[in-house]
Amino acid sequence: MRFIPVSCEQRETMLHAVGARTVDELFEVIPASVRLARPLALPPGMSEIDLAAEIEALAASNTGGLVSFLGGGCYDHYVPAIVDDVVSKPEFFTAYTPYQPEISQGTLQAIYEYQSMICALTGMDVANASMYDGATAFVEAALMAARVTKRHRVVVSAAVHPEWRAVLDTYAESGMIEVVTCPAEWGTTDHAALAALATDAAAILVASPSFLGCVEDVAAIGTLAHDAGALLVVAANPILLGVMEAPGVLGADIVVGEGQPLGNAMSFGGPGFGFFACREQFIRQMPGRIAGRTKDVDGRQGFVLTMQTREQHIRREKATSNICSNHALNALAAGVYLASVGTVGLEGIGRACIAKAHYLRDALIATGNFSAVSDAPFGNEFALRYDGDVGAMQHALLERGFLAGVDLSRFGDEFAGMVLFAVTEKRTRAQMDRFIGEVVSL
Amino acid sequence: MSEHMKREAVARPLIFEIGSPESRCVDAPALDVPDVDLGVVLGSGARSRAVRLPHVTEIEIARHYQHLASVNFGVDSGFYPLGSCTMKYNPRIDEWASRLPGFAGIHPYQPVETVQGALGLMHGLQEALGEISGLPAVSLQPAAGAHGELTALMAIREYHVANGDARKRVIIPDTAHGTNPATVAMCGYSVTQVPSNDRGGVDLVALQAALDTDVAALMLTNPNTLGLFDENIAEITGMVHAVGALAYCDGANLNAILGKVRPGDMGFDAMHINLHKTFATPHGGGGPGAGPVCVNEMLAEFLPGPVVVKDADGTFTLTTPARSIGRVKAFLGNFGVLVRAYTYIRALGAEGVTEVAEQAVLSANYLKERLRGAFDLAYDRTCMHEFVLSGERQRKQHGVRTLDMAKRLLDHGVHPPTVYFPLLVHEAIMIEPTETESLEVLDEFVDAMLAIAREVEEDPEMLHEAPYTTPVRRLDEAAAVKQPDLAWKPAE
Repeated sequence: MRFIPVSCEQRETMLHAVGARTVDELFEVIPASVRLARPLALPPGMSEIDLAAEIEALAASNTGGLVSFLGGGCYDHYVPAIVDDVVSKPEFFTAYTPYQPEISQGTLQAIYEYQSMICALTGMDVANASMYDGATAFVEAALMAARVTKRHRVVVSAAVHPEWRAVLDTYAESGMIEVVTCPAEWGTTDHAALAALATDAAAILVASPSFLGCVEDVAAIGTLAHDAGALLVVAANPILLGVMEAPGVLGADIVVGEGQPLGNAMSFGGPGFGFFACREQFIRQMPGRIAGRTKDVDGRQGFVLTMQTREQHIRREKATSNICSNHALNALAAGVYLASVGTVGLEGIGRACIAKAHYLRDALIATGNFSAVSDAPFGNEFALRYDGDVGAMQHALLERGFLAGVDLSRFGDEFAGMVLFAVTEKRTRAQMDRFIGEVVSL
Repeated sequence: MSEHMKREAVARPLIFEIGSPESRCVDAPALDVPDVDLGVVLGSGARSRAVRLPHVTEIEIARHYQHLASVNFGVDSGFYPLGSCTMKYNPRIDEWASRLPGFAGIHPYQPVETVQGALGLMHGLQEALGEISGLPAVSLQPAAGAHGELTALMAIREYHVANGDARKRVIIPDTAHGTNPATVAMCGYSVTQVPSNDRGGVDLVALQAALDTDVAALMLTNPNTLGLFDENIAEITGMVHAVGALAYCDGANLNAILGKVRPGDMGFDAMHINLHKTFATPHGGGGPGAGPVCVNEMLAEFLPGPVVVKDADGTFTLTTPARSIGRVKAFLGNFGVLVRAYTYIRALGAEGVTEVAEQAVLSANYLKERLRGAFDLAYDRTCMHEFVLSGERQRKQHGVRTLDMAKRLLDHGVHPPTVYFPLLVHEAIMIEPTETESLEVLDEFVDAMLAIAREVEEDPEMLHEAPYTTPVRRLDEAAAVKQPDLAWKPAE
């Protein structure tokens, strides 16, 4: 395939205009010593028909039709048909960052509305236009807290997603922050340890639900943080915020999270998006783009990117972050999703996830093959200990069409024998009953 | 613009302001398990007050976003010569591929035996990018260009640390993108800026003076943001290596050199590639992109994990390099973007990929020749995929700024070029046509630019007020900062 609409004859016209005989002449500014003297070693091009067949075969070679109980930060939620319809509009997906507001009002208003919805969910005053994912939003929150408090050390709960923690550690190698771990008891942060560690900390970072699905006592943790002059950073699962308290109400200063559950396909883990919201007084330390409402010279309502003096293209090495591209289209999907489900739908979906997760957990424990890891309150996700070989169990259930949770041993030996199950509103009682039947028959 | 967008007498209401409290679109499924008492299950974690979200029916959503789309400009709307952003056409086969259920519906923690197609695709993309860059070890994890810069710089830092060599500074030229210095700071290094010479390349004397054993790396875009290929590149990377520092290539301008010259062959040790520029994945109104990092063998063991490897029996598995910097993102990267880029590369093949660079460079040089005379050229040399004009003459002689001319282009149905960048050119206008525009479109752009140049002379006052035909006109950005209105709030 080729996507170049210039004919050979037109090419000659253009060459003539630039005073070159061949295109190669234009590349003579590149010293011959470094030029590539051979064709690239890539397969030949293909027609769209052949390509479609090849790509379709590649996609089909991934096992489909499995009933999934996988979660751990990426979830199999329903995506309303209208969502993909909107993000497929070329005026949205083929546009660049809205730096020319006069012809970007669609993107800008959609971002403003998205920001408003994130504020409503999280109980925060301001939200940015999105980050790459939950993990990087979490890291940016830690870095921002250090700037706000002019403190160096952040305390992170051991109960957060291990991959988020790993990303935090990678970024902390710069020396901009020091990361210390607050111990947790199977998914719930140890408050006594936290109280001791909070002194002089820039921030306390927790996730609720935690990686193992437990609902933390965010209000109590917030009090600990604020007593020590630290900010409280809460990572939330946005699809549960129709039923879970807004972290802002519980004392959070910055709320972040992975937005994939809101109208975005799992897509092997990306692209989802990170949401990032905070209290108004911290806005000048916020990373990323922000859309604001203003007026044009005729007094007409309009939207612009604003507060840009925080950003890399203006402030360069003094910017609040190096982020440039974000995940605007995924955030647009989330905006359409939240408009589709509305207050009632989001509450109902959150309730369904939680009710189904409780149903499955009770049933799995009742089989006698699984035992509880924690008695803490939980939402859509829970960890259980399996009485047997987890790998063999999952393999057997895969052959029967089930993705039987995440084998937590992939995150470290301390998780050996434990499985993390997530249940979305898409899982039916019939699927779960069939799953339980297969577990019993193992 | 009037052909594309309509001005409306009244502003479109916010989505919060339409519909009625009874309006519904997507409901939760009927509950087929026993209900739970959320107050009991979640305790103090239960929501005390309902979330105020929009309440709309599907037709209202459809029309709302249809309207917003109608006041938005994308590559499909018209010419988008935004320098340094490579706003090329986004092929629809790539979109289709990314939405196939076998790709869109898989979970990152599925057993590897159930995702061999996805891993195979990632492996194929790693191989292709390694070949194109001349830097064979590839991580697909970074989510964007700036994220790739940071990842590569972290790998470079780790390399120095592993050699017991704590270095402190990173050199960037004065033509660098803002992300470069911001990345350097995020990596804990300080920035040393070197000036450009009179040909728009790196000033070798200044570079030599800046180089010592405290320097961790040089970050360079080549061709640079002036659209010029630095002919001294082999000497530059040699000078960098001579003090034990590494050479990093910002891949923003890779479109110009595909199949012609490879950063690895220029002496670069690492680079990032913007799949959303060079490999035609859409910009999405700001993202998502993907910023894979390619490095040479020396840096391979420091890449973030996991990367995809092909075992002797042909199966694909995930592994973390021996001395990896760790993770820079959850999961595996922006897989949906990787699918699009892979599909694009397979569509074009070796010949097609090279032809992209050839046409991109020819089209840029064509525009440069057609516009010389009416505007000043920042550097009068053969350019690569983009070039920079200066509006200094128009400003000095007629008091018309580049911003005014850019805004006037909106009335011609064209997205303006990048303006006021690179910083070293006064009143800069940076034009990148890409290879996917026809000669007719290029000529229409030239006509529009020449018409504006005439307007500058004949009616400069008129340009200060442009644009006239867009859905909104110039917006009060100062007011937006002074009285921030960043979120809709329900009336109490």
